[in-house]
Amino acid sequence: MAPHSSTLAWKIPWTEEPDFRMISLLTYTLKNLPNTSKWALRFCMRPLSSSSQLQAAAASQTKSKKTLAKPNIRNIVVVDGVRTPFLLSGTSYKDLMPHDLARAALSGLLHRTSVPKDVVDYIIFGTVIQEVKTSNVAREAALGAGFSDKTPAHTVTMACISSNQAMTTAVGLIASGQCDVVVAGGVELMSDIPIRHSRKMRKMMLDLNKAKTLAQRLSIISKFRLNFLSPELPAVSEFSTSETMGHSADRLAAAFAISREEQDEYALRSHSLAKKAQDEGLLSDVVPFKVPGRDTVTQDNGIRPSSLDQMAKLKPAFIKPYGTVTAANSSFLTDGASAVLIMAEEKALAMGYKPKAYLRDFMYVSQDPKDQLLLGPTYATPKVLEKAGLTMNDIDVFEFHEAFSGQILANLKAMDSDWFAQNYMGRKAKVGLPPLEKFNNWGGSLSLGHPFGATGCRLVMAAANRLRKEGGQYGLVAACAAGGQGHAMIVEAYPK
Amino acid sequence: MRKMQKGLFYLIWVTDRNPIIFQKASLVLPLLRYICRSFTRSSALLTRTHINYGVRGDVAVIRINSPNSKVNTLSQELHSEFMEVMNEVWSSSQIRSAVLISTKPGCFIAGADLNMLNSCTTSQEVTQISQEAQKMFEKLEKSTKPVVAAINGSCLGGGLELAISCQYRIATKDKKTVLGSPEVLLGILPGAGATQRLPKMVGRPAAFDMMLTGRGIRADRAKKMGLVDQLVEPLGPGVKPPEERTIEYLEEVAITFAKGLADKKITPKRDKGLVEKLTSYALSIPFVRQQIYKKVEEKVRKQTKGLYPAPLKIIDVVKTGIEQGSTAGYLSESQTFGELAMTKESKALMGLYRGQTQCKKNKFGAPQKEVKQLAVVGAGLMGAGIAQVSVDKGLQTILKDTTLPALGRGQQQVFKGLNDKVKKKTLTSFERDAMFSNLIGQLDYRGFEKADMVIEAVFEDLNLKHRVLKEAEAVIPDHCVFASNTSALPIGEIATVSKRPEKVIGMHYFSPVDKMQLLEIITTEKTSKDTTASAVDVGLRQGKVIIVVKDGPGFYTTRCLTPMMSEVIRILQEGVGPKNLDSLTTSFGFPVGAATLVDEGGVDVAKHVAENLGKMFGERFAGGSLEVLMQMISKGFLGRKSGKGFYIYQEGVKNKNLNSDMDSILASLKMPSQPDVSSDEDIQYRLVTRFVNEAILCLQEGVLATPAEGDIGAVFGLGFPPCLGGPFHFVDLYGAQKIVDRLRKYETAYEKQFTPCQLLVDHANNPNKKFYQ
Repeated sequence: MAPHSSTLAWKIPWTEEPDFRMISLLTYTLKNLPNTSKWALRFCMRPLSSSSQLQAAAASQTKSKKTLAKPNIRNIVVVDGVRTPFLLSGTSYKDLMPHDLARAALSGLLHRTSVPKDVVDYIIFGTVIQEVKTSNVAREAALGAGFSDKTPAHTVTMACISSNQAMTTAVGLIASGQCDVVVAGGVELMSDIPIRHSRKMRKMMLDLNKAKTLAQRLSIISKFRLNFLSPELPAVSEFSTSETMGHSADRLAAAFAISREEQDEYALRSHSLAKKAQDEGLLSDVVPFKVPGRDTVTQDNGIRPSSLDQMAKLKPAFIKPYGTVTAANSSFLTDGASAVLIMAEEKALAMGYKPKAYLRDFMYVSQDPKDQLLLGPTYATPKVLEKAGLTMNDIDVFEFHEAFSGQILANLKAMDSDWFAQNYMGRKAKVGLPPLEKFNNWGGSLSLGHPFGATGCRLVMAAANRLRKEGGQYGLVAACAAGGQGHAMIVEAYPK
Repeated sequence: MRKMQKGLFYLIWVTDRNPIIFQKASLVLPLLRYICRSFTRSSALLTRTHINYGVRGDVAVIRINSPNSKVNTLSQELHSEFMEVMNEVWSSSQIRSAVLISTKPGCFIAGADLNMLNSCTTSQEVTQISQEAQKMFEKLEKSTKPVVAAINGSCLGGGLELAISCQYRIATKDKKTVLGSPEVLLGILPGAGATQRLPKMVGRPAAFDMMLTGRGIRADRAKKMGLVDQLVEPLGPGVKPPEERTIEYLEEVAITFAKGLADKKITPKRDKGLVEKLTSYALSIPFVRQQIYKKVEEKVRKQTKGLYPAPLKIIDVVKTGIEQGSTAGYLSESQTFGELAMTKESKALMGLYRGQTQCKKNKFGAPQKEVKQLAVVGAGLMGAGIAQVSVDKGLQTILKDTTLPALGRGQQQVFKGLNDKVKKKTLTSFERDAMFSNLIGQLDYRGFEKADMVIEAVFEDLNLKHRVLKEAEAVIPDHCVFASNTSALPIGEIATVSKRPEKVIGMHYFSPVDKMQLLEIITTEKTSKDTTASAVDVGLRQGKVIIVVKDGPGFYTTRCLTPMMSEVIRILQEGVGPKNLDSLTTSFGFPVGAATLVDEGGVDVAKHVAENLGKMFGERFAGGSLEVLMQMISKGFLGRKSGKGFYIYQEGVKNKNLNSDMDSILASLKMPSQPDVSSDEDIQYRLVTRFVNEAILCLQEGVLATPAEGDIGAVFGLGFPPCLGGPFHFVDLYGAQKIVDRLRKYETAYEKQFTPCQLLVDHANNPNKKFYQ
């Protein structure tokens, strides 16, 4: 059970004490709900009745569209998806290589779906910080996981939405008729990162390689200076602006006047909900991983609901000494991998599968990497909804990537602002707030962890699994990414 | 000739080190406001107009926002309102600390109200103003309730003095946030305590550097120096415009620090680094101190050549404070401030400042169509320079040349110009790349059909310019302006082959384009007003100071310089050595010696101009013989570019030696010198009076529209001594009669070349007549 009473506030917000800062957001949400009573009713009904028909009926009444199937376009489904437990980097996965983790996810997927290896047409993985030895980590992992060596594989990178890109690439391959069965996934191993020699040292080593005579070698070596030895770390900051993401998040939170308390409260919500979901066994996409030489890892280890008092003690991590983003309200460095099995619907049915969800319209956006680095969801959400012909009210399940509490809250405020919509998005009116009671109900990147390349698949599976569990029809997945980019996708529940 | 100005960019120590005042500063002169305000002051006791004041918890928030002005200036009204508010803060038992902030975007306080100084007629009055400010800031400094200055935007002069009297400073890390003491550039000193407080706050070396160069300090550097205590990052968009929210955020942060200071949770004292500790220890030894003063004074003497009194006085005042205590220091500061404000140098520099402000405005109004696509023809030194100052302001620019190597050289010049800024850390490599992507290099006229303005910067040859104009006009749209970058070819003649002469204009840039601030725009009788407005608009966007003159041989700048150059040659022929001549000109205040100037600009160019203008203006432009230049050219002595001119130029050799081969040329063309007009002073005045006389003739003939443009053109384009304020200020301040007397004296020796023009004679005859009233 949830260790803190405050956790419950997020489940049934209108019954809780009003001393939360977030309460204003919530009351707003309530006011904007078209038919609160119906929601309340459904909420109460769910535990009582498992009659899916009744729920489906209730849901379909309010929907703008019965389904997002389009004539003459193949329906594309997620058969199922898995992930390794997401671990704080430097813990049980620390001696692995990225392809080991990816392999674990792939094996897990094979095991979960029992898909015959030879029907898989293609494999795509997303990753951000590439291990130089396995730069096409998709191929190395697939070979090691026992997939057919006749199945090609490639790796994509798009910062925190890399596996989103892997999935939508798969969608494109299937929709265009090139493939029927594609495995998409993502992996990140932050326990080990490629630290390089300095450019000067590298240049010297390369020159040495080419030198033919001893004299040439000596003359190259004589140019050696001690500072050649200073290593070069992979960039933690945005290349275009030289600003770290945490710094940008702190400025973003300040720009939207989001207090430290609000951010800590949101982080606490994430951890509490994740803990609850973990305890209730809802995180069914997690597959155990027997790490060589270590115990079997069975669950995420970053979920740590704390107290607001404890969190308030932390010092700001980026803008010192007065910033608001701290270690406690940011996502942590994470190791993990995920994979999903995507098929053309007719292929899945022919093979006897019962898919979990349809992958529907998706949208990539990008904006100013300096001041709007993390506002991707705000831009992508209305666009994907419009493309799909849906409204915010049609969405039953929201799964937003939580890079920082401040980032989520800034996106919510931006979506709730007419001024922002008019001045920066070219819209007449605000996007509107996603209702918080439908929002990241099983925790998010803040608590579950955020292996950069693997988070996208987790979001899609969380949306699909929540739709099945909670009985809605449409899920909205959204995420921000370095470079000022963003992504959103509609996930539609597969009819039971 | 256009290359003639190369080298002039190190104008003089004042203007070349002054990124602040002459470029960015806005010590605006709210004359009107000043007059109006004195009317309403008595009734405005309660309704404050400059300051809005509120209390947040136990923190007083004092917000400055002077009405009807882009900037806040430390005027007498602001002064008294601030005093009033502070008295309330000090007497209120509820208030424990205060935040001082400006709600004007991009400006904290840009400096003292210059009008306040200009309206004073005696040094005592100025001293009085200084003492009042000193008193107020001393009270502020001794405040038991901590005051936090929250700085966003320019914090200059009096604004900085106010800020450093507060107990704590927080500044936004914005490009617009600049702290500095630019008073020296106006020939005065910081008169409200900075000479005493700055050395204690940032150490003597840094304080001297700030006060003697007038250099503006960006926020991040100010933090490192200890000039500010905290930085606040500028914010992006939220639910309000970014600038507005940034100021709000700055205020919020400042309030938490004000509370922290009042609660003694934060101490305003900062940890000094090892170097600083060592320096301050060394400076506690009197002998070391004396050596440092001596060193600084020596350096200043060398650079100012005794022509600028303010820098030495600043050293004196700082020294007085340190050696004799702060009472003596403050007294010396206020008295010296009064003295300096009354000097001719200060009046000249302030006049230049005013002129520069005027030349940063577009008096022709907004053009009908803003130039978005620019095309530059000719990727030489000038063309590439023009492209550079355009792309770095975000203007899409095509750079066209006829051969790939020539184009490549030009592109490399632009890249290098931008990359140098990356090395100096004023640009990031990413910003450089984005700017460089605004440049399209090509060998044909593709894309010219979308150009809004074409600037040609091809070789100075009328036929070539005609060809380029015709080629361009075949492609460019009807609204497109065709501008010619030339230093001497009359624009009217270039325009003769144009189908639409109303769209043809001259834009005379100075080399190196990215360093020289002046742009001389030349209009013909046919040039339309909108074409002029468009050219001025582009020039302003390129960051230029602009004078607009009428077409004619040599326009304004080249025309003034040519008779002076003619005199240079004659003086050399009369037996004065190039080194001696150089030192005579630099000691008069020119940034570059006259002989060096010929070398830098190119002997061939000098000859070309002298020949052409000589034909046009006849006797008045005579003097030295063209033969000198012609013989130099025939021997390959083209100046720096060929390695030899009057001097020998070698790569990596700093001290240049005289070219001994010149002796025979000069000896063979020797002219008899006339002893009664050949003293050092006479030589200096022969050069300057010819320049000044020609400048005034340009005003008389209507080539110049205003004296201010004449002064700005002479100082910013030709290196006329800034301490004299330009030819027109020079006549006003030193007296037209004295100059006419000089001219008459030289006229007896050299005839028409020194005949004073009518306008100058008029001024001499009527002492009340001034170019600047």
